[in-house]
Amino acid sequence: MENLIGWLVAAPLLGAAVLLCGGKRLDRLGHWLGTLLAAASFVIGVLLFVDMLGEDEHHRAMHQHLFSWIPVSGFQADVAFQLDQLSMTFVLLITGVGTLIHIYSVGYMEHDDRRRRFFGYLNLFLAAMLLLVIADNYLLLYVGWEGVGLASYLLIGFWQHKPSAATAAKKAFLVNRVGDVGLSIAIMLMFTTFGTFTFGPVLEATGETGEGKLTAIGLMLLLAACGKSAQVPLQSWLGDAMEGPTPVSALIHAATMVTAGVYLITRSGAIFNAAPDAQTAVVAVGAVTLIFGAIVGCAKDDIKKALAGSTMSQIGYMILAAGLGPIGYVFAIMHLVTHGFFKAGLFLGAGSVMHGMNDEVDMRKYGGLRKYMPITFITFGLGYLAIIGFPGLSGFFSKDKIIEAAFAKGGTEGWILGGTALLGAAITAYYMTRVMLLTFFGEERWRKTATRSPEAPSAEPAAETRGEHAEPHPHESPKSMTIPMIVLAFGSVFAGGLFSVGDRFVHWLEPVTGHDHGDSPLSATTVTLSTVAVLVVGVALAWAQYGRKPVPVVAPRGSLLTRAARRDLLQDDFNHVVLVRGGEHLTRSLVYVDHKLVDGVVNGTAASVGGLSGRLRRLQNGYARSYAVSMFGGTAVLIAATLLMRAV
Amino acid sequence: MNPINYLYLAALLFTIGAAGVLLRRNAIVVFMCIELMLNACNLAFVSFSRMHGNLDGQIMAFFTMVVAAAEVVIGLAIIVMIFRSRHSASVDDASLMKL
Repeated sequence: MENLIGWLVAAPLLGAAVLLCGGKRLDRLGHWLGTLLAAASFVIGVLLFVDMLGEDEHHRAMHQHLFSWIPVSGFQADVAFQLDQLSMTFVLLITGVGTLIHIYSVGYMEHDDRRRRFFGYLNLFLAAMLLLVIADNYLLLYVGWEGVGLASYLLIGFWQHKPSAATAAKKAFLVNRVGDVGLSIAIMLMFTTFGTFTFGPVLEATGETGEGKLTAIGLMLLLAACGKSAQVPLQSWLGDAMEGPTPVSALIHAATMVTAGVYLITRSGAIFNAAPDAQTAVVAVGAVTLIFGAIVGCAKDDIKKALAGSTMSQIGYMILAAGLGPIGYVFAIMHLVTHGFFKAGLFLGAGSVMHGMNDEVDMRKYGGLRKYMPITFITFGLGYLAIIGFPGLSGFFSKDKIIEAAFAKGGTEGWILGGTALLGAAITAYYMTRVMLLTFFGEERWRKTATRSPEAPSAEPAAETRGEHAEPHPHESPKSMTIPMIVLAFGSVFAGGLFSVGDRFVHWLEPVTGHDHGDSPLSATTVTLSTVAVLVVGVALAWAQYGRKPVPVVAPRGSLLTRAARRDLLQDDFNHVVLVRGGEHLTRSLVYVDHKLVDGVVNGTAASVGGLSGRLRRLQNGYARSYAVSMFGGTAVLIAATLLMRAV
Repeated sequence: MNPINYLYLAALLFTIGAAGVLLRRNAIVVFMCIELMLNACNLAFVSFSRMHGNLDGQIMAFFTMVVAAAEVVIGLAIIVMIFRSRHSASVDDASLMKL
């Protein structure tokens, strides 16, 4: 059975290779091949899962050693896999949700000429992410990590003819690179500290290592996680990444990529447990991002960007939980899985809405769509209820546990974190209700926009047929798109309950991550009740603002905070002023120093030598008699000097 | 006769030779003046040899004569060649070795 582990990666990798190298003759069937191989990977995952369930809970980890990559004495890099409960959870999520997104893409990308290539990239994405989660050492994890970065670059910039998409892809790649540097430094530090980077030895040796070194490694790992998981301060790429096709957003936000940071921190739990300072940093990053993303999500009118803000915020919850140590690891992963379901569902729903609305993304030009897209409405609605934590649905169980764990951290810190998490829950309820109301309820604002278009109300039929300014005809999406949404909706509804009954998920992950209940100052019931209370407040606020009153089609100017949030809380402006301008000034001053100082010294030396020799050259006038004079003069001076020395 | 007088004579001859080298333009004359300076040196050597009562100076004079003979051979040959090619024996005319 263990020999199957490698095939998890091999199947989608094979798909990527065949689809990308296969050429045009695969255009007709390529997408089904890609989907089939993703599904094959899922089937292998399920087989391994069943096999794993048969084992005793402490002997569930499976290993496969494929080959020695760099066998040098003192430096052993292996391509070896380790599949334990944590990896298993990720494998099932990635392949399961990934396969559904593949199926959805078949319909979504139907009219795209480059659909085969798109599926090749999707398969590459899956392969890289699977490699990341089943690697048994940090170096191989790094390979997967970079692979994810590459695949995300290719997919975000898939419509590269749009300059905005090309820029967004570059931005995502560059910001990720900053995080990657963190991971590579962490791996180097590990190697110098422990002499190896295999998970087992590294994580066992943390007890005997100095705290300073562990803190350094932990902070570098956090930097890496910030890059991939779009946490403050490396969050800026996530919003722009919406330029990619919607299935890509779903894949990046739900199953792959952004979850990598949470995986990294949970996997390196032993390091963080032994470095409280690094843990504090993790918690701080999580808490800040949680609020940051939520605020951004409140202000965006672009449905995908609002969801992107939401992802940032939800990942913030996970990072926060992972930073809490053994109290939180399990819940971080649990929220990750439930989030995988409902966020994939929400994004696919958003894609379905866009599909029916001529690729319009501005929610202010939606409204009242529930009549026209019943399936999308129901699945999106279930995802919505799950993400705001409606009692009984997935998000409720996982988020509630994280808030509880935050309080259980103890002391002032616990109160601050718990309060932040509760506030985040309220804002989540607010912005998701806003998305829901703007899209599916209210008056049908898309009718207005069509007549209001600059082309006169007597829009000639020619404009209609061209499709420009034409009134959209919202319609339900084809089956290949709705079926994955229905499946994900089931996950959004039932996954949380399934995991929570009898603490199944806790028992499942406990052997890997450890678990600790902590001592909460509040009882579980109090936390649950307050979570529900803030949820009601958030929904009510959104209803008051967007449900009761008609929504203007053109966004009002808004308060200072709203305007800042529309600009992603000035993250790009900050980056531009501090990093871009700063970098420009730095390079300019370096160039100046180079020109004036370095070149000055070199050129000055050359010029003075040249000038001096120019003068000396005049002595060589070619007249033998003047040479004779200098000879006599020189001799006279020598003799005089000799005599003088004698006299003295 | 006091040998110091020979030294005065040598100094006088050397000065005449040096002045000739510096002031005259005719290569033959310059050449002769060089010979004059060499011979003044020889005279000084021999005088010092006499004054100090050893033979070192006289041996040195022989060396000088050998060098002078070799120099005459080469120097005259060069002067003749220059005269042939440039129809001039002036040392100032042969001033091509400059930038």
